[in-house]
Amino acid sequence: MEEFGLLMQGFAVALEPQNMLLMLVGVVLGVLIGVLPGLGGANGIAILLPLTFAMPPVSAIIMLSCIYWGALFGGAITSILFNIPGEPWSVATTFDGYPMAQQGKAAEALTAAFTSSFVGAFVAIVMITFIAPVIAGFALRFGPPEFFAVMFLSFASFVGMSKGPALKTVCAMMLGFLLAAVGMDTVTGQLRMTFGSTEMIRGFDFLVAVIGLFGISEILCSIEDGLRFKGQRAKIDLKVVLRVWASLPRHWLLAMRSALIGCWMGITPAGATPASFMSYGVARRMSKNGASFGKGRIEGVIAPETAAHAAGTSALLPMLTLGVPGSPTAAVLLGGLIMWGLQPGPMLFTEQKDFVWGLIASMYLGNIAGLLVVLVAVPWFAAILRVPFSIIAAIILVVCAIGAFTVSNAEFDITLMLIFGVIGYVLKKLDYPLAPLVLALVLGDRTEEAFRQSLLISEGSLGVFFSNWLVSTIMAAGFALLLWPLISWLRGLLPGLPARRVRPA
Amino acid sequence: MTLMGCSRRSLLIGAGAAVLATPALAQRAWEPTRPVQFIVPAGTGGGADQMARVIQGIVSKHKLMRQPMVVVNKAGGAGAEGFLEAKGARGNPHMIVITLSNLFTTPLATGVPFSWGDLTPVAMLALDEFVLWVNAESPWKTAQEFIAAAKQERLKLGGTGSKQEDQIIGVAMAKATGANLTYVPFRGGGEVAVQLVGRHIDASVNNPIEAVTHWRSGALRPLCVFDGQRLAGTEKITETASWSDIPTAKESGMDVEYLMLRGIFMPAGVQPAQLAFYEDLLGKVRETQEWRELMQQGAFNTTSLTGEAFRAWLTREEARHRGLMQEAGFVA
Repeated sequence: MEEFGLLMQGFAVALEPQNMLLMLVGVVLGVLIGVLPGLGGANGIAILLPLTFAMPPVSAIIMLSCIYWGALFGGAITSILFNIPGEPWSVATTFDGYPMAQQGKAAEALTAAFTSSFVGAFVAIVMITFIAPVIAGFALRFGPPEFFAVMFLSFASFVGMSKGPALKTVCAMMLGFLLAAVGMDTVTGQLRMTFGSTEMIRGFDFLVAVIGLFGISEILCSIEDGLRFKGQRAKIDLKVVLRVWASLPRHWLLAMRSALIGCWMGITPAGATPASFMSYGVARRMSKNGASFGKGRIEGVIAPETAAHAAGTSALLPMLTLGVPGSPTAAVLLGGLIMWGLQPGPMLFTEQKDFVWGLIASMYLGNIAGLLVVLVAVPWFAAILRVPFSIIAAIILVVCAIGAFTVSNAEFDITLMLIFGVIGYVLKKLDYPLAPLVLALVLGDRTEEAFRQSLLISEGSLGVFFSNWLVSTIMAAGFALLLWPLISWLRGLLPGLPARRVRPA
Repeated sequence: MTLMGCSRRSLLIGAGAAVLATPALAQRAWEPTRPVQFIVPAGTGGGADQMARVIQGIVSKHKLMRQPMVVVNKAGGAGAEGFLEAKGARGNPHMIVITLSNLFTTPLATGVPFSWGDLTPVAMLALDEFVLWVNAESPWKTAQEFIAAAKQERLKLGGTGSKQEDQIIGVAMAKATGANLTYVPFRGGGEVAVQLVGRHIDASVNNPIEAVTHWRSGALRPLCVFDGQRLAGTEKITETASWSDIPTAKESGMDVEYLMLRGIFMPAGVQPAQLAFYEDLLGKVRETQEWRELMQQGAFNTTSLTGEAFRAWLTREEARHRGLMQEAGFVA
């Protein structure tokens, strides 16, 4: 129980009035950063990092990690209200969150999102507190083949979740892979598909594409509908939080499963974005009413949010124990550690106990503070939808443009965002699903890289993906998920078995 | 719009200065009138990024400059994005860029047109060292043993990026000794070190700062350093060894030497007074305690050059990289 004593000491540090104040400031800043698409936790922390150099390291990391929590919470807000993911890991939240908002249930969706974020983070923190050293060792088992297997599992769990016809789903996914391949190829060091243009060297940033595909195309659709915005009827009611909470315990199994997926993906370290997609896919697959996902089911909000937050939290673990950041935000925090004279890596837990446990204690408190801040603000966020759409559309456009620009400070990205907006609109009209495209765009690059690294290591033999129990298990799970629709369908054909209609992917 | 506003403002300030001060004084005391963009042609978390953020921290902590310094990562196309931006910003005194070896390697490997001649060299801050690392559980205790093993069977050398410094060293090692090394590229040095700890690769040529924590925890073992002389640090890093205990590659019978530039450049066409401001600023940065700590932690080679000496060094290194890249068949 040495951990417990150390944690209590950590709480004593985190509960100092000055640190409590920094925590609150951090959470509020983080929520603002999360709401603005493109600014993102990594940029926000990078901008604020210099301010913290005069503080003691514990206070500094408490404030910065609270910005991180705030950004994780804040990302859900625009996804639900306007179908614009503020952060990459909130894309999956739009699938059901936005339909809920359109049905006048924005406050319910926001409450569910925030609460499940909190639950996800809490599970991850408890895990970090008690079994951190064991898990850190486990992360070392992940080489390129294992990494590819996890990515494969993400794709597999996602197949069949799309409502569109199978061929259109595949087309959208291939388009995503194609877009992901533009730019520098890490394995050969060559530029691909840039056609001599210097602007294309960067490749297509996921956020720029998503802001266009989701946000801009949504505005185009609304304009076509005569500027009517369906969310206007949102009831604003302070009791909505309590009402939603009363209904949430029913989904405990879903929440636990999503939290575990999140923790796993955060440690491996695949990160929060694939975790949210995978969790959504699995939730849909496991649900009896899978077909009604995407039409405004509360489970479709709980699953990705829980997983994203669990992953975001556990991503700090590889950073602290191995010195490898699990997310871009963690990477910037890592730079901060060095500036404060701390050396991230295996020695941190033994040499800087006060710092590590102060940070862990602040994770508990920062998340509670974050939850309180965002829940209090739910009615106000929901009230935004009452503003006439002709006014809010203009504001959204400006915020989107700023967001696209901020990603890499490039004006070209604003043009790109508009082009993606038109592409998104056309694809929607032609009934192509956008989710597989986005999934392939965000994971395609890393997946391809891991695949080719694996083959370099194995001298071209595919056996490397079944070379030990870990990678074989993950691959097998991936194949099972991939073929599940087919298996269920075949089972339905057998006479004597209860026929359950499952739409094949 | 913004651009117009800014230039009008700096015009006003310029006019004010001209009225108030004698021309000679105004010339000497140039300082930034806008926030300074500090471009990092690499991703977040890597060696160049860390150094840039430490410099930014030192400048703001010690109030060395009245305007803020903003670090911007432009990693696209192995850094080509950042260098092209600096090349295109001719005459802009509010931009500096930190370089790594991709200043030489990226234009050769990708054909994207830029070179250090398109920029104004400000100062060499330090040279980053390369060390040959293996897993502590591996049987190889010296570089000779490692090379002997690599002649028997194919070994996997992990590194950052492709056709960049790590792979150049790998090819040079293979050329010098006949070792059989397969190069596996990863995204960043930290990732490479962890892959080596997890034994997914057999060796790496990580910079000291990327791997030191794993050395101290007993997971990695340094075999040799790719410098003409041994590293400077004599205080114990682990219980038994210090940086200076690591033999050089030459002592280990391998004639391979490679150091990486950590230098600062400005866009071309800036005024001498503007260049002088940044030379002076970086001089002050180098004198701070934080900078010394970074140099010590990362076992950097603290050689520093400015002006003509720096230009001569750059000319020599560019030619050497062209040769190395051509030999390795990396030129596009």
